[in-house]
Amino acid sequence: MTQYFSNLYGARGWVALGLFGLLFVIVIPALNLFLPESSVLRVPDYALSLIGKIMCYAIVAMAMDLIWGYAGILSLGHGLFFALGGYACGMYLMRMIGTEGEYGSTLPDFMVFLDWKELPWYWQGTDMFLYAMLLVVLVPGLLAFIFGYFAFRSRIKGVYFSIITQALTFAFMLLFFRNETGFGGNNGFTDFKRILGYSLTDPATRAGLFIATAIFLMAALLMCRFIVVSKLGRVLTAIRDAESRLMFCGYNPLHYKLFAWTFSAVLCGIAGALYVPQVGIINPSEMSPANSIEIAIWAAVGGRGTLVGPLLGAGLVNGAKSWFTAAFPEYWLFFLGFIFIIVTLFLPQGVIGLLKRFKKT
Amino acid sequence: MNFFYFSLLRAFLLCLLFTGGVWSHAVHAITPEILKTLSTGDNSERIAAIDALVSTADVDALPILQALLDGTLHVVPGGEKVVILDKDGAHDALTKQVIDPIPAGLEKITINNRVRRILDSALAALKLSFPDPRIRFAAAEQLQDQASEDFQPLIEAALKKEQDSDVRAALSLAKAGIHLKNTDAALRLEAVRVLARSSRESTKAALLALIEKDTSGNYPEPDPAVRAEIKRSLAEIDSRLSTAEYIGRVFSGISLGSVLLLAALGLAITYGLMGVINMAHGELLMIGAYTTYMVQVLFKSYWPEIFDAYLLVALPAAFIVSALVGIAMERSVIRYLYGRPLETLLATWGISLILIQTVRTIFGAQNVEVVNPAWMSGGFALVSNLVLPYNRIAIIVFSMIVLVLIWVLLNRTRLGLFVRAVTQNRTMADCAGVPTRKVDMWAFGLGSGVAGLGGCALSQIGNVGPDLGQSYIVDSFMVVVLGGVGQIAGTVFAALGLGVINKFLEPYAGAVLAKIFILVFIIIVIQKRPQGLFALKGRTVEN
Repeated sequence: MTQYFSNLYGARGWVALGLFGLLFVIVIPALNLFLPESSVLRVPDYALSLIGKIMCYAIVAMAMDLIWGYAGILSLGHGLFFALGGYACGMYLMRMIGTEGEYGSTLPDFMVFLDWKELPWYWQGTDMFLYAMLLVVLVPGLLAFIFGYFAFRSRIKGVYFSIITQALTFAFMLLFFRNETGFGGNNGFTDFKRILGYSLTDPATRAGLFIATAIFLMAALLMCRFIVVSKLGRVLTAIRDAESRLMFCGYNPLHYKLFAWTFSAVLCGIAGALYVPQVGIINPSEMSPANSIEIAIWAAVGGRGTLVGPLLGAGLVNGAKSWFTAAFPEYWLFFLGFIFIIVTLFLPQGVIGLLKRFKKT
Repeated sequence: MNFFYFSLLRAFLLCLLFTGGVWSHAVHAITPEILKTLSTGDNSERIAAIDALVSTADVDALPILQALLDGTLHVVPGGEKVVILDKDGAHDALTKQVIDPIPAGLEKITINNRVRRILDSALAALKLSFPDPRIRFAAAEQLQDQASEDFQPLIEAALKKEQDSDVRAALSLAKAGIHLKNTDAALRLEAVRVLARSSRESTKAALLALIEKDTSGNYPEPDPAVRAEIKRSLAEIDSRLSTAEYIGRVFSGISLGSVLLLAALGLAITYGLMGVINMAHGELLMIGAYTTYMVQVLFKSYWPEIFDAYLLVALPAAFIVSALVGIAMERSVIRYLYGRPLETLLATWGISLILIQTVRTIFGAQNVEVVNPAWMSGGFALVSNLVLPYNRIAIIVFSMIVLVLIWVLLNRTRLGLFVRAVTQNRTMADCAGVPTRKVDMWAFGLGSGVAGLGGCALSQIGNVGPDLGQSYIVDSFMVVVLGGVGQIAGTVFAALGLGVINKFLEPYAGAVLAKIFILVFIIIVIQKRPQGLFALKGRTVEN
């Protein structure tokens, strides 16, 4: 058992994880909640929600790393799973507005506005928190499972697979943009009021969501780590490096790929569900192909095949993004474009690889 | 017989029309006296002047009468000069010379309803007597929409003289439309039979209205025999309309397909050759479109007299600029990523972001306007409810030409031989002495250049903005995926097929669902044929 834990992360790794947990689960929320506004040490509200947002992105980046860094499958559709989880959670939050919306109806405002008479079947029961959370897991999971089954079964791989996942998210984006499909169209879901009876504007609720995100991030890291150090993880790496050879050894890559792919999609869905109450809006632009490609670059910047690297990459890129879009909005795309090129050309191992190289010399 | 029912004035008008030596040559000319009467006379004198203008059968009379109808005809104080004043300024109605500055105290020539009615038929009569059959046809088409008894003598008279079969057909339809309101059931029956040859939505609606019960339960058409005939005619019109619609859909599908083909051809070449997906391919389209825009702006400011020829310069310019950008991409980034297709995908995406932002910085985020050359505007009317726009036809023809050129290049030149060799087996080609890296570069340039040509073509049918490429990129990827790697034939079939399927699904499912259906369709096809519809046959295994 001890050997198993040290395999998962060495002693130093556990200490680092503990420190991370201490900082993000206790210290930062406490610095936000209990210090007065005037204090220098106080973590401002916007910083709390920004870090919370980035932690959600980090989960997605790690999910991407599991499938890309280990199994060698580049998905350009992870934004879709993220958004689906977000939509499922968003609908629960919409239902929780109750009759306090603009039109005072039990239906969400956008449905009243678009002249819906009752909830469509697929939104039935979303006022129950547990059922909504089940949807958060099941919808991205099932979609990924079905899509992955057909794609992997016919041995679609490499750029072919990437392109088709991109088309998938593109098609869903178009579908969600429509008003008559019941997903809120252009504006998506917004104006949330409360979650589980707690007001979303309350600092304590926000800190609670932050803590939940941090805890889930650590849990997801441990789960992914568990997968990649297990025999399953070894097979995934083998699929990445020599799929044909693995098949000749008698393995059927379908099951392994399908598991990693579906698990990764579920992680994204949960990250989306954590993201929506913190950001307060979900709309179809989350599904745009550009967003999904950005997820890949978070993983690449941090370092693929390391799990921790993508967490770092998501933080770095998104930190840079919020700084750039505030300071020089017109240069952000230049910067992002150069990151794409520089990382692929010069930093194939990402930041983690760079750090390792420094350590060696 | 019917002539007896018409007013003296009408008869007078007709006499003028027929004694006036109508369409071979003008007997009278437009004189200042006529114009003076037109501008300063009372209503009866004005009508006489209008008739005099009609009797000239002169092309120049048309704008004057039209201006009178539109209320843009003005007269200078004293009535010495008649001026047409529109948004472009003022010009003399007689000499057509521009008058600058606009004379002071211009007085608008106002007309009453009586003159207006006369004017309507005068314009139609004038047009029907033009030597150009296209103008006569347009006038006859217009008369079909008006279907007023006032025009009956005019139409009958014109029918007697008309030689052109199209104009005759249009005139008889117009006549039938008028007869439909006649009290004589035999005439109505005959009219309904004639109208069965019509292919206008408006005729269909008019006929439908006649066999629908009104609120009191009576049919507007009292005679059951005529009603039965109307139903027969409607069925005939319907079948013709649906055929036209069918052809129209195939046409717009092929037109969409040829756009996709232009966008996907270059992609198919580079993908087949190097196995890399160039995410910046859409931006190469955009660069081609912006190059066209630049050439157009240059022509507008330096050589406005040969503006219509700007495409001749824009096409090679778009090809060269996009090809150069493509070669620069290949030299600076892509060649270092050889054998890492997924990384190439990300790097080219980065390039596309930079290109988009560069164009946005230079030209602004707004769309720019690319003006079609004059010969491209308008369309070719196959039947009245199906007009094939010239710019769409031009794009179909153009993409076919590009296709043939690429086929020749790949199958009849040394570079093409090398490209095919490297596509089939890079290592073997390398061993046999093919300079694979150089081939990569030139092929990438070629693919990018074709994208530039595609951009030039797109600029003629749609908006040109920094996001132009993004809207085509997913579709062109689908074409390549469906068509198979490096196969020109596959790309052609996939592009045209997707275009036509898309246009056929759209009316039933809407544009969005059509896209989703197509995606599902592609995924199903790939189940059966994982390497695309037209995969290269071979026994190589990747890895």
